[in-house]
Amino acid sequence: MALTLHGTVSDNTVALDRKTATPLIINGDMSISQRGTSTSGITNGNYRTLDRFYTNNGNIGSVTNSQSTDVPTGQGFATSFKIAVDTSDTPTGTEWMQCQYRTEAQDLKPLKFNTSSAEGFTISFWVKSAKTGTYTLAILNDNASRSISQTYTINSANTWEKKVLSFAGDTAGAIPNDTSIGLILYWVLASGGDRTSGTFQTSWDTYVTADFISSSQVNLADSTSNDWYITGVQLEVGTFDANSIPPFQFEDRATSLNRCNRYFYKSVSNAPYSVLANGFESSSTTFLGRMDFPTEMRALPTMSSGGSFQVIDGSSRSVSAVAFDGNSRSFNGARVDVTITGGTTGKGAMLRASNDTDAYLEADAEL
Amino acid sequence: MDITSAQYTESEGINSGIKLVSNGKTYYVPLDENNSHYQAIQEWVAEGNTIQEAD
Repeated sequence: MALTLHGTVSDNTVALDRKTATPLIINGDMSISQRGTSTSGITNGNYRTLDRFYTNNGNIGSVTNSQSTDVPTGQGFATSFKIAVDTSDTPTGTEWMQCQYRTEAQDLKPLKFNTSSAEGFTISFWVKSAKTGTYTLAILNDNASRSISQTYTINSANTWEKKVLSFAGDTAGAIPNDTSIGLILYWVLASGGDRTSGTFQTSWDTYVTADFISSSQVNLADSTSNDWYITGVQLEVGTFDANSIPPFQFEDRATSLNRCNRYFYKSVSNAPYSVLANGFESSSTTFLGRMDFPTEMRALPTMSSGGSFQVIDGSSRSVSAVAFDGNSRSFNGARVDVTITGGTTGKGAMLRASNDTDAYLEADAEL
Repeated sequence: MDITSAQYTESEGINSGIKLVSNGKTYYVPLDENNSHYQAIQEWVAEGNTIQEAD
């Protein structure tokens, strides 16, 4: 069996591929998209479509986010994240358009920031755009308010290109061992002058707004013909180049979905009358049920619902409202409070979809 | 996020969460400083907005 080593060999030390057992970037192959596969008319910031990848077009025209099957050939990827410009615009002032990945702070212990042993790290990704030119990948240590940025170039329009960008470790600027935001990765797609007017900051230092983005940054939003795709995102501890970067670490779907569920979980009916929660009728007008999460969530989640529901207790009870009690929520489950008609106090019952294959309950503990 | 309205919800006589409406969707936000929606509501309040009392 052939053994291929990536990394460096010096003295008697062999640095093998990775210092983390699992990918630090979750859903880097853009395979999980619980919120849906396409959202149009986006003018502000939020998580849409792809799990773990946040976008904000900061009122620069409007864009569509989608999960695309356009991928680099022969790399094993099946999906990518696409941002397409719907309405063109020119950013001014503080306006900026970006795609973000927010790491959880406690996952970044291998970087050893704020020590003399701070590790460098490398971000690699496949990217494709109709708009060639200079783009910024900016990184913010959210807790310490320190940043570092680099540019990358899209050389050929509408062509997949692999980018490998290495960053120094930060001997200052601690990343806490908790559930807050660690490093935020910003793939900048357009920016007004407020973030480009200073001296572009390519080494770790205190965050300064004017120094965050290159003044050469292109404006992706300048044409409705423009789009931007990304997939194969990986964050490796250590310094690598295009030749030494370890291969993308694919995860099976169940593993990837489970890791995404720490931050967002959508329980969808899939069938017309699927059961979404079990419980009992506490009065003739109230059903109280329990929704379990498949994994411990990062924080107490925000709850929401959508679609048509009914409560079944032997007979079907119509549902007029679905709410979630704040005092009865945990990292592992939530109480569903449903307003019904014709219930019987103390009777066991189930909350189910009412002839709706898209009814859902969802829990959001995103960063 | 764009917040249309925010109102406390009550359980057993105390505020237990916030009912948030944003982009036409209703969310039930816990009173947890680690929750990103709760953080967004606090920023919204800092801009001069008010969370309505519970019904």
